[in-house]
Amino acid sequence: MLELNAINSFYGKAHVLNDLSFAAERGQVVALLGRNGAGKTTTMKSIMQLVRPKTGTVTFQGHNITGLASHKVAKMGLGYVPEERRIFTDLTVLENLEVGRQPPREGTVTWTQDMLFDLFPNLAERRDNRGKALSGGEQQMLTIARTLMGNPSFVLLDEPSEGIAPVIVEQMVRVIQQLKADGLTVLLSEQNLHFARAVADTTVIIESGSQKFTGTLDELNAHPEIRDAYLSV
Amino acid sequence: MGLFIAQVLTGLANAGALFMVASGLSLIFGVTRIVNFAHGSFYMLGAYIGYTLMQVLPGAVGFWGAILLAGLAVGVLGVLVEVLVLRPVYRAPELFQLVATFGVILVIQDLALLIWGPEDLLGPRAPGLRGVVRIMGEPIPKYDIALLVITPFVALGLWYLITKTRVGVLVRAATQDREMVGALGVNQAWLFTGVFALGTALAGLGGALQLPKGGADLMMDFNILTAVFVVVVIGGMGSLPGAYLAAVIISVLNVFGVTYLPQSTLVLMFVVMVLVLMIRPYGLFGREEVAGEHGQVGEPERPFKPAGLQVRLLVGAGVATLAAMPLYASTFSQVLATDILIFCLFAASLHFMLGLGGLVSFGHAAFFGGGAYVAALMVTHADSPMELAFILAPIGAGLAALIIGWVCLRLTGVYFAMLTLAFAQLIWSLVFQWGDVTGGDDGLVGIWPAEWLKETTVFFYFALTLSVGGIIALRHVAHSPFGYALRAARDSARQAEATGINTKRVQLLAFGLAGTMAGLAGGLFVFSKGSVFPNELEIARSFDALIVVFLGGVKTLAGGVAGGAFFKGVEDILVRFEYWRLALGLLIIVVVILAPDGIVGSLRKAAERVGLLKRGEDTT
Repeated sequence: MLELNAINSFYGKAHVLNDLSFAAERGQVVALLGRNGAGKTTTMKSIMQLVRPKTGTVTFQGHNITGLASHKVAKMGLGYVPEERRIFTDLTVLENLEVGRQPPREGTVTWTQDMLFDLFPNLAERRDNRGKALSGGEQQMLTIARTLMGNPSFVLLDEPSEGIAPVIVEQMVRVIQQLKADGLTVLLSEQNLHFARAVADTTVIIESGSQKFTGTLDELNAHPEIRDAYLSV
Repeated sequence: MGLFIAQVLTGLANAGALFMVASGLSLIFGVTRIVNFAHGSFYMLGAYIGYTLMQVLPGAVGFWGAILLAGLAVGVLGVLVEVLVLRPVYRAPELFQLVATFGVILVIQDLALLIWGPEDLLGPRAPGLRGVVRIMGEPIPKYDIALLVITPFVALGLWYLITKTRVGVLVRAATQDREMVGALGVNQAWLFTGVFALGTALAGLGGALQLPKGGADLMMDFNILTAVFVVVVIGGMGSLPGAYLAAVIISVLNVFGVTYLPQSTLVLMFVVMVLVLMIRPYGLFGREEVAGEHGQVGEPERPFKPAGLQVRLLVGAGVATLAAMPLYASTFSQVLATDILIFCLFAASLHFMLGLGGLVSFGHAAFFGGGAYVAALMVTHADSPMELAFILAPIGAGLAALIIGWVCLRLTGVYFAMLTLAFAQLIWSLVFQWGDVTGGDDGLVGIWPAEWLKETTVFFYFALTLSVGGIIALRHVAHSPFGYALRAARDSARQAEATGINTKRVQLLAFGLAGTMAGLAGGLFVFSKGSVFPNELEIARSFDALIVVFLGGVKTLAGGVAGGAFFKGVEDILVRFEYWRLALGLLIIVVVILAPDGIVGSLRKAAERVGLLKRGEDTT
């Protein structure tokens, strides 16, 4: 469904991604693993074309999306949940959802505000609160909910468990499992295996922008030395 | 009591146009992050187009229809400007866009002159609303009452659009993080164009609505621009209620000012602004600007390096060629060269605080004209010898810069820029309205240099020595530890603070030094011309310097000088033509679009391409 083919991305002169290639099949949850600074966020941004890869191609549903404007990428059904959350702090929860709203898309769930409030009950109580009044966990939920309002077929989740309470991490796991059950494809980035273990089908490990391992969770479990070398525990 | 109420009502009526223009500016800034200097020009266009339409369309329906159509037409022109001029430069440095909008001002000025001629046009009266109504015995024009009623409806409509509709939600979201809005599937280009259309249409509407009160003339653009900036800053950038309240405050105060303190009307506005900003630095309803916002990540700044041997030789040769001018060039050329040298020093002083300090001042003319006026006032009122008056020019300008800088540096970014503009306008209005001392509009004349400097050639050498000396001194400071501290404060204020640099003090000193050098240029200017007029303090003069710095290239040390020479040279040729503004405006727009690195930056890139310079090396 999504395929990265030897992409190289730069920030100015800094070479951040080096010949990265991997694919995600429909309905899969792929975990992109690596330490802080490994290039996970840049990979996400390179898929969304917020960072334009200098060489290589990103293919989504058979279309080459390299170099496309980000809003067009989003319109094709790629939903982006950034690591820094970037909710609109001056807008209410409902207004934040409104920004993410897109017309229904064939083959994906058409989300409504009420469905999202069922998924994230905490947000329902805070629907008229401004973004800046939310807790970190609530902001994280809002970011995901806002992206789902675009009825994506594929979601990029950049470190969703970062900096939020364990209880909420539990809730995130359940949410991702449900999204997967609904047929959504997910690329999830994490620094360690705790979260990924509960949801991922396959894993890609990167370090300094280079790919170190690609395989299923079972294959990774068979090679503890890889885990020890490239992931934080 | 009757008079009091009548004046409040007049003020409220006057606030209408001001509010519409200000809210348009505020909206455009919020979403596109562009301070649209051309906003006053769209207001002017609204008035002219409305005037023409009113000639054609009959009766009351025609009158009000003309106003609406004028707003629409200006909105369409706004789209044209956005697509043709601004779209190509959205990715350019934020400040470069200012210069583009200034180019638009010049183009519109001349187009208006071309189409509607130089005469002021008297606005037609509104059918059915001629004459006055009496409120508590005081006459109030019926049209004022109409304006009083219309404005709140426009304000409410706007408020509804922004707070209650999807478009409004998107606009507010984009104001905060436009990249994220794009990543959620919203086409920003469409949003930008839409907001620009709305903002300019509001300006056009304001211009057409005030026709029966003020008519249409070619000075409208700059005249309203200052007031609009003041309103936006007092109300808080991006706040509609703020813009409305501030427009009312300014307009009502202005009406009272005209009655009780006629000499101070212009000053009053700025005094209110400074007072408000002292108490609420981001305006009545504004929020603090967050540094390092999303969606505006530029290339990292190149480091400056001291000039290499080659460059030094080149500069030396250039100065020698200049110094030898009296041997081969006419007196007229020497006068022109003196003008250019003075202007280069002025531009270099602005570049020093803008390029190195990241302090974008919209009011640098305050110190250029200020220096000139200090010297001229000394000669006129104290009969002081030229030498003393001349030395006091940079000192006076430097002191003024320290005081003004101290106030302005409490703010950052666009608020800082607006505040510098306000102070410059404050000084301009003081000079303009305090005729007994400053000569007002007639200026101060007969300010000639001392006997030993009377010769054109001698004065040329005098100007050459001081300008080149001043520029070299600025360069020297740029490479001193102070210069490093200044750049550190520009690139990362917090880290600079953490390493023990008192960033505010460093910036204040830079502001003071830049003011001093501008004052020196002003001193040279007044004695080279023998006179000084308030227009040396005008916004247009500040903009000249800004344009020059951007044309030359903000990121190169030679930028100010190269831009100054280029600009003065081109201006000298262009002003011989009738429609030189049009030509200059188009030239500026073309340069902005084609050479966004400025003259020096583009030359360097070209040199890198052909291998004359190593990449990343800066020897300018």
